[in-house]
Amino acid sequence: MAAHLKKRVYEEFTKVVQQQHEDLSTKKLRLTKPSKSAALHVDLCKATSPADALQYLLQFARKPVEVESVEGVVRILLEHYYKENDASVRLKIASLLGLLSKTAGFSPDCIMDDAINTLQNEKSHQVLAQLLDTLLVIGTKLPENPSVRMRLVEVACKHLTDSSHGVRNKCLQLIGCLGPVDKGVAKEAESQAAKDVQKIIGDHFNDQDPRVRTAAIKAMLQLHERGLKLQQAIYSQACKLLADDYEQVRSAAVQLIWVLSQLYPESIVPIPSSNEEIRLVDDAFGKICHMVSDGSWVVRVQAAKLLGSMQQVSSHFLEQTLDKKLMSDLRRKRTAHERAKELYSSGEFSSGRKWGDDAPKEEIDTGAVNLIESGACGAFVHGLEDEMYEVRIAAVEALCMLAQSSPSFAEKCLDFLVDMFNDEIEEVRLQSIHTMRKISHNITLREDQLDTVLAVLEDSSRDIREALHELLCCTNVSTKEGIHLALVELLKNLTKYPTDRESIWKCLKFLGSRHPTLVLPLVPELLSTHPFFDTPEPDMDDPAYIAVLVLIFNAAKSCPTMPALFSDHTFRHYAYLRDSLSHLVPPLRLPGRKLVSSAVSPSITPHEDPSQQFLHQSLERVYNFQHLDPRGIQELLEFTIRDLQRLGELQSELAGMADFTATYLQCQLLLIKALQEKLWNVAAPLYLKQNALASAAAKQILEETYKMEFMYSGVESRQVVIIHHMRLQAKALQLIVTARTTRGVEPLFGMCEKFLQEVDSFQRCFISELPHMQGSFVDKLLDLMPRLVTSKPSEVVKILQTTLRQSTFLHLPLPEQLHRATANIIEPTGESDNPLRFTSGLVVALDVDATLEHVQDPQGTVKVQVLYPDGQAQLIHPKPADFRNPGPGRHRLITQVYLSHTAWTEPCQIEVRLLLAYNSNRSKASTRIPKSTWNESLEALPPSENGIEGTIPFSKPVKVYIMPKPARR
Amino acid sequence: MPEIKVTPLGAGQDVGRSCILVSIAGKNVMLDCGMHMGYNDDRRFPDFSYITQNGRLTDFLDCVIISHFHLDHCGALPYFSEMVGYDGPIYMTHPTKAICPILLEDYRKITVDKKGETNFFTSQMIKDCMKKVVAVHLHQTVQVDEELEIKAYYAGHVLGAAMFQIKVGCESVVYTGDYNMTPDRHLGAAWIDKCRPDLLITESTYATTIRDSKRCRERDFLKKVHETVERGGKVLIPVFALGRAQELCILLETFWERMNLKAPIYFSTGLTEKANHYYKLFITWTNQKIRKTFVQRNMFEFKHIKAFDRAFADNPGPMVVFATPGMLHAGQSLQIFRKWAGNEKNMVIMPGYCVQGTVGHKILSGQRKLEMEGRQILEVKMQVEYMSFSAHADAKGIMQLIRQAEPRNVLLVHGEAKKMEFLKQKIEQEFHVSCFMPANGETTTIVTNPCIPVDISLGLLKREAAIGPVPDAKKPKLMHGTLLMKDNSFRLVSPEQALKELGLAEHQLRFTCRVHIQDPRKEHETVLRVYNHLKGILKDYSVQHLPDGSITVESILIQATAHSEDQGTKVLLVSWTYQDEELGSYLTSLLKKGLPQST
Repeated sequence: MAAHLKKRVYEEFTKVVQQQHEDLSTKKLRLTKPSKSAALHVDLCKATSPADALQYLLQFARKPVEVESVEGVVRILLEHYYKENDASVRLKIASLLGLLSKTAGFSPDCIMDDAINTLQNEKSHQVLAQLLDTLLVIGTKLPENPSVRMRLVEVACKHLTDSSHGVRNKCLQLIGCLGPVDKGVAKEAESQAAKDVQKIIGDHFNDQDPRVRTAAIKAMLQLHERGLKLQQAIYSQACKLLADDYEQVRSAAVQLIWVLSQLYPESIVPIPSSNEEIRLVDDAFGKICHMVSDGSWVVRVQAAKLLGSMQQVSSHFLEQTLDKKLMSDLRRKRTAHERAKELYSSGEFSSGRKWGDDAPKEEIDTGAVNLIESGACGAFVHGLEDEMYEVRIAAVEALCMLAQSSPSFAEKCLDFLVDMFNDEIEEVRLQSIHTMRKISHNITLREDQLDTVLAVLEDSSRDIREALHELLCCTNVSTKEGIHLALVELLKNLTKYPTDRESIWKCLKFLGSRHPTLVLPLVPELLSTHPFFDTPEPDMDDPAYIAVLVLIFNAAKSCPTMPALFSDHTFRHYAYLRDSLSHLVPPLRLPGRKLVSSAVSPSITPHEDPSQQFLHQSLERVYNFQHLDPRGIQELLEFTIRDLQRLGELQSELAGMADFTATYLQCQLLLIKALQEKLWNVAAPLYLKQNALASAAAKQILEETYKMEFMYSGVESRQVVIIHHMRLQAKALQLIVTARTTRGVEPLFGMCEKFLQEVDSFQRCFISELPHMQGSFVDKLLDLMPRLVTSKPSEVVKILQTTLRQSTFLHLPLPEQLHRATANIIEPTGESDNPLRFTSGLVVALDVDATLEHVQDPQGTVKVQVLYPDGQAQLIHPKPADFRNPGPGRHRLITQVYLSHTAWTEPCQIEVRLLLAYNSNRSKASTRIPKSTWNESLEALPPSENGIEGTIPFSKPVKVYIMPKPARR
Repeated sequence: MPEIKVTPLGAGQDVGRSCILVSIAGKNVMLDCGMHMGYNDDRRFPDFSYITQNGRLTDFLDCVIISHFHLDHCGALPYFSEMVGYDGPIYMTHPTKAICPILLEDYRKITVDKKGETNFFTSQMIKDCMKKVVAVHLHQTVQVDEELEIKAYYAGHVLGAAMFQIKVGCESVVYTGDYNMTPDRHLGAAWIDKCRPDLLITESTYATTIRDSKRCRERDFLKKVHETVERGGKVLIPVFALGRAQELCILLETFWERMNLKAPIYFSTGLTEKANHYYKLFITWTNQKIRKTFVQRNMFEFKHIKAFDRAFADNPGPMVVFATPGMLHAGQSLQIFRKWAGNEKNMVIMPGYCVQGTVGHKILSGQRKLEMEGRQILEVKMQVEYMSFSAHADAKGIMQLIRQAEPRNVLLVHGEAKKMEFLKQKIEQEFHVSCFMPANGETTTIVTNPCIPVDISLGLLKREAAIGPVPDAKKPKLMHGTLLMKDNSFRLVSPEQALKELGLAEHQLRFTCRVHIQDPRKEHETVLRVYNHLKGILKDYSVQHLPDGSITVESILIQATAHSEDQGTKVLLVSWTYQDEELGSYLTSLLKKGLPQST
């Protein structure tokens, strides 16, 4: 039972897929043309009733048809079409025609005439519509044939008068997709139908059927997408459609208006019932704003979304969207926002106790109150208060986009965004926090706003809290009270949710470095120093105290007077924190203390150049080693690798670069070492031990090259060539080693052939790069290629060996930006001594929380691996939704891993780590990830032509103590 | 002219005892049947004798519609149906039907048991009354009788509140009841389709108010509660059992959930538990959030809110208590208030309006020393807050609803006359529709212009549509047919069928006209000339020269004879049926001009 359960568990929660090596030489069955169409013909002739024929057609439709037999099949179908009396069968035939014309590689112009002819005598509206659909398919398949398109459009125009909405729909769709876009062409191929597609479509804006009206607007939008410039005259028509009874018409009309407003933002339109005129974009903006209070939420979402992208609108209109004049009993009333602002500016604290606090002030002139404004008034106020959260999210998004382009608007919308932090739906809250972060460079928070923002820190949702920390990282606070408030709230948050530690510290780091002058007056209070009395030394391990220190030290970086306020123990704590939390605590110039690490002190600009220089110099040195003796080369490489690794540790900006080159040099070193071995001098395969060394070196080089290719972001094609070249060398080495150690020639044949194939594909892939690779291994190899192909394996091996020895070391150019993908598992911490107990056969969920940096497309590549003590390994694909993207280049994986095992006698540790899956088929240029199966094992796979798939571990493994108990009966 | 008559018996330029009579196309409907909070005498109920002096109400009224369960909309119902006597159908939504009797019973208890009134309706009467109620679903079209149909729309406001469309034939009236155009924590916003009624009867409580966003008020409320609880203080929220209380509960519940707070929240029992039960049941009537999450958890199954016990009031530590009644004039809320008033850490939040004379009103107006019964002086040290949570549409909301429904006329009820005046003027100005605001007992007559549907046979329609240019939606089209009014129905049929149905013989009507032409030639030559002439001109018509010497143009016959007296004058006889009148008269005028001189 338990075993069965476990099996189920594995089936359901993990996808452990064994890679299958497909036999390449599968034979394909090829059907010949006559057989296919003939069979259909026979079938259709056999059919006695329409129902029968329909059945045959349905069956036929399930199988694909080869390109070469499509035309024959179409002819047969058409033949039956004319004979057929039953509309449903004709309908099916018509749809089949469309399907067939879609066949890749088939050019449907030969069947077009027939398809058009079928339209002539058709009576059934449904079949007509289907036929038009087929014509649409044919038309889209023939994009470079204007005359064909012209004809099709003409046909469509003819059927526009049909009484069925379906037919008119399809006609409009066809015109929209195929109608002539280029004015010039239209005039040349002049015929009466091609007059003006816009006019034809525009005439159907007033059709009696709402579906046709929608289709007409959609066709117009389609024309726009295809590049036709719509006429401004349509605008007034579209405006009328905004009042349509049907929501899909209104929704499409909103889009059309938006398109027109982007096309003619500056043209002037009159305001009806007055003599004034305004810019079209403003008018359109007002109209779309009006739709934000439409009856249908679909339209509201549409309208709210589009508002965001109308950036040319004048600021006067923009600011109206946030305006809602309050009144009470015809007297003007201030909004809560205004009151809050006033309180703030008057410097008074809110008493909030008066009943009449919001009492209305002055009388309003009744004539001046406009209850339904034609303009944009209060559109966002309505949108943000909408019943449907979809509308609210759309409104928040729009607000974000508009605020990004207009600082004054950003300032104004702040109040509303802050209000959204208290929405009932978490998604909306999150969205508004993100929005606020995006516009944070434009705004400064007032104290009362900050107060509301900080209140959200107590939210129980981790996502919300972390988003808020991110927000605080980049907000501007105006007063020192604000900073104090933020600190207090963050500390409160820390005590309530200790897991937020890292995030809070980071937040305080930025808060400190952004507001040094505001922190300065707070320092004595924060450190609780006293002018006369010594205060007790705080506990160094208290996360709250660390948080305070992080804030102060970061502020002190740009505020040299601050350290004077520190007490002795603060300096000691500084030294400790600088060492233990170096990413949070910056180096400080402290009085009486030397900067310990001044030589390599990071992030101070003058120091950057030397380290860059150092990197380049050391590389330069290495590339010129030709003249050294082998021993010297090895030593130089070893030293350089060591230097680079140290440099990488010290200089976070250069880490990627240094690691990358170090790995490359490491490969070279291994290659040199392997070639230095004595075994090459000995003829017989007696030295199996040394062999092991050489083959291990080859293997390691292979692995390292994969790491180089897939673990770094920013690798360009120049580097890829070098990496592939190195890999080729490793493969050559492998071949040589195998040749020397195995008896018999048979296995060598295959290997040689494969190797030569690889050389060939290398040449094909990187032909453009070959000129840069003079004197290299591959260069020499390609010279010898004709000889290699004809010679025996043993000779090949000999040649390879000499070329490998003679070839020069390739210079590795460095890209501008290079970052190594890293992962850090935050949770589980691996510190717990309490085993995770669960009943064997059942599952236990392990929370995994990790940060990923510089990983491209983590959803596709990052896997979690669990290694059990018995050597069993399990690979888990996290759900795409488990990845969050808090910032550029950074990802966060929060997922659950399901563990299960048979019973153990005592607790034991399992290892959890993250893997980066790769597939060498995937070229760096294309981001498309082939759907592939990843291998479970870690070992490099036997290389195959079709690309190699594998995984690279890129995080430190974390040990988790677990204990599957035997099930109690 | 057909007309719609509206007479408010209550709520005309007034708030309270909503009761509006509508007669539409011969049907009489009563909308709402409420009581007035302000009176304790006869004025508290509408004057039903207005409807009929001595006849039975059932004969006069076709149906009664109740929009929602507030007493000012349903309080007089048992009195009306049981004591005055009405046996017809009463329509309300399911939640209203469920909650209405609870409130009526409560109301009865207070008036009879507490105030000792006699001659009031009894519990049994409430039960009997509820038996006459027919429950309706949202958007369900209910046929009251063959012609009268009603349909309910969502109105927000309180659970189960609905707007009703009353329709007879093509004439329709929409009555909004009370509604709310902005969603709150537990209910959605009112919605109506573009039904274009002849008359929209809308409430206008906040005719002159445009309200601030709900969010600010909610945030303030939550912040105040949260701060007090964090300080270790106790919060008292006096509420009425239904409506706002549930909204505030949801608000606090979600806030507690979000912020992980631990302080207990209590709800004083009684009515509330029963009512909460109904809120749990009628999930479909709540807002999007509650509807979407109820599968995981029904929001009204409160996790943090527990039933209150009298002993809890003395417990140490922070707590939040909802207690009835809302104006602190009696009962549990007043008891708790007296216990907690002395501590400045505590707080009382008044979520609604308080009537003058109540403790609630006194503390809101800033009185810090209250004289309680027995000459006790109660010093109020606790904080007093006022939070308005009202669920009526404001002026903007009313306008928005009018824009959605596109009525031809608007009638305002349920508001103060002065405020209505302003809104009336705005409506007329913005929408260009006429707007009315009758006082109680004043009848408004609205002339309607109903369209009359006529059936037409498909054959005839297709035949007529085929003639002439392509149909254009924007232009009226002329059709030929016979209008048959038979058995109270209108049909447009072809003339042949009409004759057949009516059993009449067909008569032909022909016009004959003689035209004199001066032509000395022989008759057949003249005919030939006429023939050639006509053929030359009427290219689109079939002109034929028949062997018997006559000419036909389509179905018009032309014959020529020599004048009996003057052989030089030929008489052309033109004859056509009345269907060809147009062509016939054209031909005669053509012929009268004479033939062209032959060359």
